[in-house]
Amino acid sequence: MANSQRYTREIPHRFRFEGQKFRDGYVTLANRYISPESGSKEFESINISKKGKILSYTIIRTPANDYKLLSPYAVAIIETSDGARLTAMVTDSKFEDIKIGADVELVFRKIKEEGHSGIINYGYKAVIIL
Amino acid sequence: MREVAIIGVGQTKFGELWDQNLRDIFAEAALKAMEDAKIDKIDSIYVGAMSGGLYNHQEHLASLMADYIGQSGAAGARVEAACSSGGQAARIGYMEVASGLSDFVLVGGVEKMWDTDDSTFVLATAADQEYEAYNGVTFPGLYAMMAQVYMQRYGLTREELAAVPIKNHKHGKNNPYAQYPFEIDLKAVLNSAPVADPLRLLDCSPITDGAAAIILAPLEIARKFTDKPVKIRGIGAATGPIALHDHKDLAKIDSVRISAEKAYKFANVSPSDIDFAEVHDCFSIAEIIVAEELGFFDYGTAGKAIAEGQATYGGKLVINPSGGLKSKGHPVGATGVAQLIEATLQLQGRAGKRQIENARLGLTQNMGGSGGSSVVHILEAI
Repeated sequence: MANSQRYTREIPHRFRFEGQKFRDGYVTLANRYISPESGSKEFESINISKKGKILSYTIIRTPANDYKLLSPYAVAIIETSDGARLTAMVTDSKFEDIKIGADVELVFRKIKEEGHSGIINYGYKAVIIL
Repeated sequence: MREVAIIGVGQTKFGELWDQNLRDIFAEAALKAMEDAKIDKIDSIYVGAMSGGLYNHQEHLASLMADYIGQSGAAGARVEAACSSGGQAARIGYMEVASGLSDFVLVGGVEKMWDTDDSTFVLATAADQEYEAYNGVTFPGLYAMMAQVYMQRYGLTREELAAVPIKNHKHGKNNPYAQYPFEIDLKAVLNSAPVADPLRLLDCSPITDGAAAIILAPLEIARKFTDKPVKIRGIGAATGPIALHDHKDLAKIDSVRISAEKAYKFANVSPSDIDFAEVHDCFSIAEIIVAEELGFFDYGTAGKAIAEGQATYGGKLVINPSGGLKSKGHPVGATGVAQLIEATLQLQGRAGKRQIENARLGLTQNMGGSGGSSVVHILEAI
């Protein structure tokens, strides 16, 4: 079980999609000090778009213990409409609708519980837009 | 810089080693390597291990292992780069001997994975904890997503993907140290338990206990210790993004290409000069992508080439004569060192039924995470 600060410090990204757009156009959800594309250190803070497309996906059938009760569940790599890349579970969707190129919207969801007395962890999941 | 040779090797049986603890298996491999090299003292020890802490609640491995092989006083540290820890430890050992700082360096790798019940969690710590693992993705899941893109783009079939583990088990059945030294057929692969679509259990390297060790020394004195020293002709290492979603192309692994380019340049050889390669087939799709990044096959063609027999005896080059991670087993930190052992045995003509005729130049490629690190060694028979 992690100290709750480890969880709360990620809230701006996970709840509000606060990210960065570097001068070279590189967009990131996780905080960076420097763009991996050009080395630019100049950026503006933006809210990442919640609309995106699936670049790849899989159905996890053998999860880590924390996610055992969710199994089987889908996970996808998503590129948002402003170009940020992220990994998210796909929820509230049929497995057969999950495809490379499918449109998704990111939504706020419970991710897991940290044991019987631990905090509940929230974050983003993706829903397929048909 | 001095030239560096491997003068001794040793490893344990790979598998579920319930009667031996972490230090037991390391000591067994290390003492065998010292005996093989005919030395009784080392200057320095590097231990490649991904996660003694999470697997066995034991860190500070260099101290523990030096103590239990009678070498307290030697310099030492653990080297960690996820599944490439062993190969990275060898690179550090190489630099220490090449620089002249030490003459005899023991490079070991060890992992005792069966001591925990949640190996899937431990392995996922090699991914981005906050942005990948938090969202439920597992290691097989990451490689499964590479496979989805690769198969759709290049038209690789599920049956062709199965050719990788089938080939590696065919090789591994002749390896007395292998965890699963037997053949598997197409039906077995296609009917094995689904892990992360499209990957099934027999696409995945297993959970393994095991240790491996090599002794490095300056090439100029190597013949005092062995008739057949093996020269480390080139090394290349590279990092890549930790998160798969930050790979520009999800069907490629840049760190492998960059590490290979560095190693080929260092050794002044090209991919077509390589007689055999031990590569990081943690999942069936990984061997295919890696074989392309190493320059053995063009992009999009390695899967079909392997299915056609181009990566086994009689083909273009033999890939994973040891059985690879799939059949031999994948004790994470030991894997990179075990690859170097197989290459050494092949170049010394000591590989038994797995022996590749006239093997002169071998390559090993050891990878961390979903391509967050890669290290390539090119070895030459002297």
